[in-house]
Amino acid sequence: MTQQPVSPAQQDGADAGTVSATSPESAARHGGPRSLGLRLDVRNLSLLGVLAVLVAVGGFTKPDQFLDTSNLQLVLTQASVIGVVTVGMTFVIISGGIDLSVGAIVALASVWATTVATQEYGFVGILFTAVVVGLGCGLVNGLLVAYGGIVPFIATLAMLASARGLALQITDGRTQIVSVQSVLDLGIPDSYILGIPPLVLVFAAVTVIGWLVLNRTTFGRRTVAVGGNAEAARLAGIDVRRQRLFLYLLSGLCCGIAAFLLIILSGSGQNTNGNLYELDAIAAAIIGGTLLSGGRGTIVGSVLGVLVFTTITNIFVLNNLQSDVQQIAKGAIIVAAVLVQRRTLRNGEV
Amino acid sequence: MPETSRRGLLFGTAAVSAGALLTACTSNEPKKETPAADSRPAADDKPGKHVTIGFAGPKADHGWLNAINENAKARAGKYSDVTLEITGGSNDIAAQIGQIDTLINKKVDVLVILPADGKALTQVGLKAMKAGIPVVNLDRVFASPQAYRCWIGGDNYGMGLNAGRFIGERLKDKPDAKVVELAGMDNLELTKQRTQGFDDALKNYPNIKKVARQAADFTVETGQAKMAQLLQAQKQFDALWNHDDDQGVGALRAIQQAGRDDFLMVGGAGAKSAMDAIKADDSVLKATVLYPPTMAASAIDLARALGQGKGVGGLSELEIPASLTLYSAVVTKDNVDEYLPTGFR
Repeated sequence: MTQQPVSPAQQDGADAGTVSATSPESAARHGGPRSLGLRLDVRNLSLLGVLAVLVAVGGFTKPDQFLDTSNLQLVLTQASVIGVVTVGMTFVIISGGIDLSVGAIVALASVWATTVATQEYGFVGILFTAVVVGLGCGLVNGLLVAYGGIVPFIATLAMLASARGLALQITDGRTQIVSVQSVLDLGIPDSYILGIPPLVLVFAAVTVIGWLVLNRTTFGRRTVAVGGNAEAARLAGIDVRRQRLFLYLLSGLCCGIAAFLLIILSGSGQNTNGNLYELDAIAAAIIGGTLLSGGRGTIVGSVLGVLVFTTITNIFVLNNLQSDVQQIAKGAIIVAAVLVQRRTLRNGEV
Repeated sequence: MPETSRRGLLFGTAAVSAGALLTACTSNEPKKETPAADSRPAADDKPGKHVTIGFAGPKADHGWLNAINENAKARAGKYSDVTLEITGGSNDIAAQIGQIDTLINKKVDVLVILPADGKALTQVGLKAMKAGIPVVNLDRVFASPQAYRCWIGGDNYGMGLNAGRFIGERLKDKPDAKVVELAGMDNLELTKQRTQGFDDALKNYPNIKKVARQAADFTVETGQAKMAQLLQAQKQFDALWNHDDDQGVGALRAIQQAGRDDFLMVGGAGAKSAMDAIKADDSVLKATVLYPPTMAASAIDLARALGQGKGVGGLSELEIPASLTLYSAVVTKDNVDEYLPTGFR
């Protein structure tokens, strides 16, 4: 019974991630099965273009510093934490939902995982706590949205407030410094595997798994179907509520993993962690081509969106631009990126 | 790489022992504004008329602000004739006004207010004063002197100035010395003052040039992120002035990750983790410039004196002063033991 709605998407093959399974005309437009499904859609190509321009700007303004290996490692490392969050967020947005609580969940997971009691159990204790707290918050979000009938915006806004409050209560505003050496060691160059920081490897793994889940599994197709038209998906036999529950769980899990990465990166847990991640993750997903109304989006696009943001920040600091200029320029670049995308999309598709 | 330095910085989540803050230091320096370290309060200790003090501050989501609350509570608890009514604290201006209104309606004897934004909360300060409740304005200053009876706070300009002087003296014989500044939140007035003081101090040392300045957001996360990129941008420099010890935890982590030790670092505010690192002397952090949260304890002393109509012990005046600016002392390895008890977690 649950296999039924999947068949149109299966015909469409790899492109299920970018095309609503319940939208026959768009399926027809993209057409035919592709063997690998690695084809980047037009949006992602334009985003790659934006990234290429940024790299050129960085290389041109600060050739010695920007193209340095250690800088590229740094950009990817700093993209990792928010990148993992964005992968989870992309799933939620594709399903037509939103998760405003990601930053607060990262904060709560990071402070809970770095309490003295948790640190006693070392590496495993910290990782386990971070992931369990992330999942727990995701579960509450999911239950409220899927079974409580509360709109995602409100349910996750409530989670944002209470998770931040709890994080503040746990820390009392203090910075909880990590003393578990095996965790700290993962953040220093000695731990790099073939020159790649472990954080970046986790980010890459989450991206690949996210891509596979979205494009190669029933779960992914159902996500797109629910976002495209929840009623049609329900009529087609998808358990929409259970699907939504799992999506918020997935987002919570990503937050838990991100919190662990942030602990490695900063060597501490603080209630201010993950500040404004919700906006960064939504922005990255949107410029990556995910529709805020749901039904369409790609993991690759979101990750490119994250890389664009991180690269911009990096170039700003290398050129010693002050924060006011940074903010103005960042806003301008977001608009420019979306405009370029629109134009490319129109030329490419019409 | 100093692998053990993080261990040296270890502290947990156990609550600050307020008693330790009050009694641990036996220092007896005469004119330092650190009453939490110095057990002698501003007014005399003998119990007098009972005073109810209302205390309203911003949300304690930061080590320093939390220490402000701890200091106020601990000092109030020390007096048998003081009752402290403390609000939950909020960064939302409207919410904080509401909290202060509640304290005014409760008819507390004296108010101690650390406004989330001094300018925006001036009206509620005026309102309290008009209602006959004297206001002790803590740290972030109201726009009108009519809105408070007494102001006590830190010296942000002096903080930058003393950081600049310390770095200047260390580098004065080095030709073409370069310094980098990791500032706090750029939208706060205090950040501008700290930077201004720092720049003014450096003018006395023509051989030193500030080559980069980036603002972080007072958090460990932003401190790490901005510092990591600053280190990338500046392959060689001689000194770093970091406005805040909380973001300094992140900055030190970034410095450790980059494996750099070719410069000296000066922190700000006076966190215990920073003082521990200065004492251990195994990282680039060589000093921190104080912005002591003990000012909250002093504010309670002043409020009590106001409520009882007393002056300040040791001064000739009959009334408490209209304003008191704390000194931004530089804590180094040489004097760290003296200041450690005031370090906040």
